[in-house]
Amino acid sequence: MFRAFSTILKRDLTLAMRRKSDITSTLFFFVVVVSLFPLAIGPEMNTLRLIAPGIVWVAALLASMLALDHMFSVDYEDGSLEQMLLTPQPLSILVLAKILAHWLVTGLPLVLMAPVLGLQYDLSADAIGILMLTLLIGTPALSFIGAIGAALTLGLRGGGVLVSLLVLPLSIPTLIFGAGAVEATVSGLGGEGHLSMLLAILLMSAVLAPLAVSMSLRISSE
Amino acid sequence: MLTVTSLECARGDRRLFSDIEFSLDSGELLHVHGHNGSGKTTLLRTLCGLVLPVSGQINWNGDDISDLAEEFTQHLLYIGHKNSIKDDLTGLENLMVYSVLDGHPIAEKEAWDALSKIGLKGFEDLSTKVLSQGQKRRVALARLMLTKAKLWILDEPFVALDKAAVELLQDVIKQHISNGGMVILTTHQEVEMTTGTVKQLELGWKKQGHV
Repeated sequence: MFRAFSTILKRDLTLAMRRKSDITSTLFFFVVVVSLFPLAIGPEMNTLRLIAPGIVWVAALLASMLALDHMFSVDYEDGSLEQMLLTPQPLSILVLAKILAHWLVTGLPLVLMAPVLGLQYDLSADAIGILMLTLLIGTPALSFIGAIGAALTLGLRGGGVLVSLLVLPLSIPTLIFGAGAVEATVSGLGGEGHLSMLLAILLMSAVLAPLAVSMSLRISSE
Repeated sequence: MLTVTSLECARGDRRLFSDIEFSLDSGELLHVHGHNGSGKTTLLRTLCGLVLPVSGQINWNGDDISDLAEEFTQHLLYIGHKNSIKDDLTGLENLMVYSVLDGHPIAEKEAWDALSKIGLKGFEDLSTKVLSQGQKRRVALARLMLTKAKLWILDEPFVALDKAAVELLQDVIKQHISNGGMVILTTHQEVEMTTGTVKQLELGWKKQGHV
């Protein structure tokens, strides 16, 4: 079972490395969106500091939404998904490996890029640290939640729009607590409460999403 | 033993077939016939458990396959219309991944052997996107040489293969049957079998299938 998990994880990472456009397009989108705001708003440091967490988080949410398209559709098209349904391995373990690989490829680069972007908004080192921490907890949660939407809309025409409609409402708590944690820390209130909520969302989605995704995949591939 | 009783399948609102009955024992091959659109692929996918039947029972050694789940799929190898191989991986990597998923991890040596046996010597470590349609099909079919599954369900396995590969595949199937395996396949070519029993199932409006 663990062997199957690591095999799928390794397979998906290898595939991503051999087809880099998926990684770079998500990251590029994130960087561009975040960078456009300071240009449009102007060099008013106080305003920028105030809106930074919100903008970075909204951009991260939209970027992760953009990446959902590829999560299962390639496997669905070439028939590998059918084979995964028919192997004697627990499907939710394979799904977990796929989601983890997806996050490592599309989510983790956003976390690592955040400090550079934070500089544009004149964020303090503390604020940048907490921003990275919230993204580190929040983006995997977004991948888990998004996977459900991606699995449900598999094989549908115009699935992209539908995914956003399904997933965005579910992602709102992550957004609120993620951006909220940074603001609370900066204003001196302490972001522990927000962080705990964020972690709770991550743990819950990590447990429930693979099960929900497995069921959706069985329905979608019928 | 695979037993199917009064199976009915539909695609959307259209009923494809009903009252399908057959049983398949060790060392038997079932050849499913039918014109285009008669539901051959749907039947095979239903037998795998990918599609739920409208009504009827599919039993593996007496138990319903949907209850058995992984205990059934470990005995099953399905190769469908799609080759189910990853274009960006090499033939070797594809086989290695499937061997782990199928629950019988193999050494890289075995994968090399299987690929050269199926006529892909020299192409083993090339990304499969540079291979031709027939060569990709061969990569997918190389799994047959490595699997320990008892029941093979093959949907048009001979498509895109050249004459030599067709003969090779027929040999592999014969070998499996004579070792007590079971095969269900659809094809528009006649499969010549020298060992085992070959059953025929005809799908279509006029003649409803009984074996």
